[in-house]
Amino acid sequence: MAPTFLFQEHLKGRSMKKYTELEYLRLSKGKKFLYRLLSSLASIPEKLWNGIKGIGRFFAKFFLGIVHSFANLGKTFVNGDWKTKLSYFIMGFGNISRGQVLRGLLFLLFEVVFIFYMVWPQGGLYWLKMLPSLGLQGPEKGYDEILDQHILIPHDNSFRILLYGVLTIFFIVAFVYTWRANIRQNEIAEKILASGKKLKSGKQDLHSLVDDNFHKTLLALPLTGIIVFTVMPIIFMVLVAFTNYDAQHNGYTNALFSWVGLEEFRTIFSWDVGGVNYAATFGEILTWTLIWAFFATFTNYFLGIFVAMMINKKGIKIKKLWRTILVLTIAIPQFISLLYVSKMFDKNGIVNGALQSLGLTTSAIDFWGTPSLARIMVIVINIWIGIPYVMLIATGILMNIPADLYESARIDGASGWKQFTKITLPYMLFITGPYLLTSFTSNMNNFNVIYLLTGGGPTNAAASGAAGAVGHTDLLITWLFKITTQNEPKYGLASVIGILVFLVVAIISLVVYSRLPSVKNEEDFQ
Amino acid sequence: MSELNQAGNSKKHMGLKAKQRLSNSLVYVMLVIISIVWLIPFVCIVLQSFRMESTGRVGYVIPQVWGLGNYTRLLETNFPRWYLNTLIIALVVAILQTIIVLCMSYTLSRFRFKIRKGLMQFMLILGMFPGILGMIILYRVLDDLGLTGLHAVPGLILVSVASSGMGYYVSKGFFDTIPKSLDEAARVDGANRMQVLNKIILPLSKPIVIYTVLTGFMGPWADFVFARYISQLKPLGMNVAVGLQSWLATDTMVHDNYTLFCAGGVVVALPVAILFMCLQKYYVEGVTGGAVKG
Repeated sequence: MAPTFLFQEHLKGRSMKKYTELEYLRLSKGKKFLYRLLSSLASIPEKLWNGIKGIGRFFAKFFLGIVHSFANLGKTFVNGDWKTKLSYFIMGFGNISRGQVLRGLLFLLFEVVFIFYMVWPQGGLYWLKMLPSLGLQGPEKGYDEILDQHILIPHDNSFRILLYGVLTIFFIVAFVYTWRANIRQNEIAEKILASGKKLKSGKQDLHSLVDDNFHKTLLALPLTGIIVFTVMPIIFMVLVAFTNYDAQHNGYTNALFSWVGLEEFRTIFSWDVGGVNYAATFGEILTWTLIWAFFATFTNYFLGIFVAMMINKKGIKIKKLWRTILVLTIAIPQFISLLYVSKMFDKNGIVNGALQSLGLTTSAIDFWGTPSLARIMVIVINIWIGIPYVMLIATGILMNIPADLYESARIDGASGWKQFTKITLPYMLFITGPYLLTSFTSNMNNFNVIYLLTGGGPTNAAASGAAGAVGHTDLLITWLFKITTQNEPKYGLASVIGILVFLVVAIISLVVYSRLPSVKNEEDFQ
Repeated sequence: MSELNQAGNSKKHMGLKAKQRLSNSLVYVMLVIISIVWLIPFVCIVLQSFRMESTGRVGYVIPQVWGLGNYTRLLETNFPRWYLNTLIIALVVAILQTIIVLCMSYTLSRFRFKIRKGLMQFMLILGMFPGILGMIILYRVLDDLGLTGLHAVPGLILVSVASSGMGYYVSKGFFDTIPKSLDEAARVDGANRMQVLNKIILPLSKPIVIYTVLTGFMGPWADFVFARYISQLKPLGMNVAVGLQSWLATDTMVHDNYTLFCAGGVVVALPVAILFMCLQKYYVEGVTGGAVKG
């Protein structure tokens, strides 16, 4: 596999010295490695820039598309007949007057519901109006003369305003889309009628839902679920990152929260907020998250392949039994196994008991109380949880490697190790490249292992002032969880961390994905 | 000369065989060690669940007094309720999630429509956001619907089913391997697309259906983060994961509940593990297929 991809255009014009392919092949092993490392590092800004350009192009295309379709709408209005023209105001009118009653009624119903929702006293327009301020009247006690006591007077609720504000915007977008679809329908209907054909009846429409439009039927439920329970919460939480939503500003019992712009982002990157160095804390946790993800992924990967090769080895019997024993850690819910193991290695746990009664140590080893030891322990225990997955995957792939590759290698006198590094490993890496990437990113967000084993501890004294009682094994994701579930939650800050996690994952995926051999040199092994 | 060569060859041959025997026995030793390491925690849990002389942690494994006391004690706690909660969630999620995942993956595998590519890229990007991020708002929304705390069970079902369409990768990979010519032949014979799905594809999809049901069923038993947040630690709304974890929250609780936790763990793990072992074949198929296709 000559790394030809290193010499492609993304290196051109960089300040780094560039070798031709021949020059590269003449380099020593160490220099080759260094060169490849440097050139991949050098290409990161380029990759990012390309990614940003891609996003830019997407939005440009998106907005141009919108402008274009509105221009088309104008044309349709001018050229259309009176039925089409009226449909601009009464949705579905064109459909109904041309005999497509079912479609028309659905359009009309949607328009009526939309208008009612918007003008309702506590409806869309109200939420939209409140959105810029997130509420004016905070919760405060007013004096009630009849009851002769101080009671909570009716007040705005920032959370509801933000939530329903977002929902209303969703609804408006959906309405505009439907409105446009309604006009397109007229345009198409006019064309069909002009060519002398017949329009589809309501019965045919219904029938097409299990035939030509079956995909719409199938996707309706899953997509609704994703939009309501994934997309909407994400948009909402991204917006929360620009507010000061926290325990003091919760909009229910205390003051309302409001837009603060980039304030929370500034907090996490500043050296001194109320005596706490958030930037250092964030940097430390991010570093550990990356270290953890790296080791958790690659220890599992290589050991998993190793175990799979051992079980697959010629002459090894009861293969099924070995596999079944290993797979137990998948079969048993993690919270049981991890919680139990965490207690096993506790100061008073069984492991320390055994070590002491065997006379190996005199005093209990504090596995979870020593930062570096705790970090090593979570990586080691994660091997116990993670190897079986890799073993299962590797077993399938190993059996697919053509046996004649090994045969000819053996004839050429290649040692077992050589065969592994020259045949098995490249083949595995080629096939499982995407798996490695997703496994890395999901390890970055591996909440269960960290939370159930250490709960993030031992406490990091240097960062203890930061929100959420930071510990030495905390990942960004467990830190986020702690910030949102502590006694005085800081939702704004948590959202900022969530966005940063997304950015890190997205950048890693963007940079690595295009470098994967299975993406880059698809033909190599086929 | 030739004799010499032969002798050398046979010597080399024997050497190879002996070498292989040696390396095989080495592998056996390693496998046995690995198996012991893998089994120790589980054996310990089972043994400790039968320990009667004390409830806390002790430095030895084999109980001095054996008995089923911890299991009968489980019945006096909220454990049966948690178990029922989790079982209901697991069953409903397994069924609904399978329907949703199959709809999604079948569509993305078989139909070519305008927004297909964009949709898949969009879901890839969505998946990069940490799932916990949306927890706060989902909690508030469920709270407004009255589905938190005591009534967390329907809330948890709703949350885990609703976004399950994102996990379509494995079963899409499976559908991609079913030849399209089958669909086309049926279409030529006058079947509509729904009939193609019901009569041609589904009967061929037993492995992936079982895989999806299995993973859907196993997920809720281990669900911890959302269950904890949505149940707000209200005893009757918790699932087993949150409940059993709450028994070990502090050191004094560990002292009182350790063996009880072990017994609970056994009761939870046993049926799930047995089910998994029975259906292991399908799980392996799904996992390997999914990893290779990315």
